Amino acid sequence: VWKNKTDKISSELFTMTYGSLVIQLIKDYQDYAEVNKQLDKMGYNIGVRLIEDFLARSNISRCSDFRETGEIVAKVGFKMFLNVTPAVVHHDGRSTASGTASSSSSANTNGSAATAAPALGGQEFSLILDENPLSEFVELPPDAREGGLWWSNVLVGVLRGALEMVQLQTAPYFVSDVLRGDEQTELRVRLVKFLDEEAPPADD
Amino acid sequence: RDMEEAGLAVEAEESSGAAAMAKEEEAELEARMESVGASVGANLAERLSRDRPPLNSTLDVLKFLCKDFWIALWEKQVDGLRTNHRGVYVLQDHHFKPLLRISTPHGTASAAAIAKVYLPHSVGLLRGALARLGVQATVVAESGGQAGATGASVAATT
Repeated sequence: VWKNKTDKISSELFTMTYGSLVIQLIKDYQDYAEVNKQLDKMGYNIGVRLIEDFLARSNISRCSDFRETGEIVAKVGFKMFLNVTPAVVHHDGRSTASGTASSSSSANTNGSAATAAPALGGQEFSLILDENPLSEFVELPPDAREGGLWWSNVLVGVLRGALEMVQLQTAPYFVSDVLRGDEQTELRVRLVKFLDEEAPPADD
Repeated sequence: RDMEEAGLAVEAEESSGAAAMAKEEEAELEARMESVGASVGANLAERLSRDRPPLNSTLDVLKFLCKDFWIALWEKQVDGLRTNHRGVYVLQDHHFKPLLRISTPHGTASAAAIAKVYLPHSVGLLRGALARLGVQATVVAESGGQAGATGASVAATT
């Protein structure tokens, strides 16, 4: 019944509710670092539930590597739940340089690293959010900017929670945010390790 | 945090029977959710009513809420609007979106208990919208047992 029909919600309602929620958190905690933490926690709790909905709807099978995970998160996950598609930038291993001058050598090292030992720690991808429904109508006061508030920090938690449920322990974090005056909004996801299959922990 | 604890507070109550603390926490939560709703409702109502002629009477305001406001929020109109002509209005929505998907394995009674936590937000939305449109009102929500049937009574005093 709900296969093709996705329930939608007014984006204004969504955005404004999120905004009021963050404001309420700021009022309650009076500390931006703590607000970030709480948003992350809320996101985590959303993420561990959301992944189920995601799998049910998308009918996607296991990703072959973390690169693919990045693509799926951006092109299917974000599209499905926020109706935006962030651009994905992959950072493989330590070589962050995406082959400017030494294209042949870097391609070589990349290839060998991938085949020899899938260097786990340090695999990362970045999501560049050109559009962010959460920050529509939002303007950060200087105070919040200096306080280090990451406005959309729920997303960090959502990704962490959702990926943890598919055996990927990750450490997502915001690198930059247009609301803070940065060029772009970048959310980076670093793979910590693959988790062993186990019985799901109790909700917390 | 607020929303997460909502779900948890209810579960905790069932399992361990914690009383006073949970009650207090729930009241706090409801107040928070209502104030969140109120500010959203107020701002949204303002945006929606910007390009239309002014609403002169309380009834106009209520009609506006039942049609435009409700459609903007939940993609449908209110199913029924009744009034006693003394300042009490009752809005009915038989497929109220926020409650539509709520279910538990323990039957309607426990679903209703959980649904209770979702209502203050909607109450706030209405109260905020009314306030911004110049109607000071008390808003109360009631949810019938069956899924989604909801009535909101609005006692308006202009």
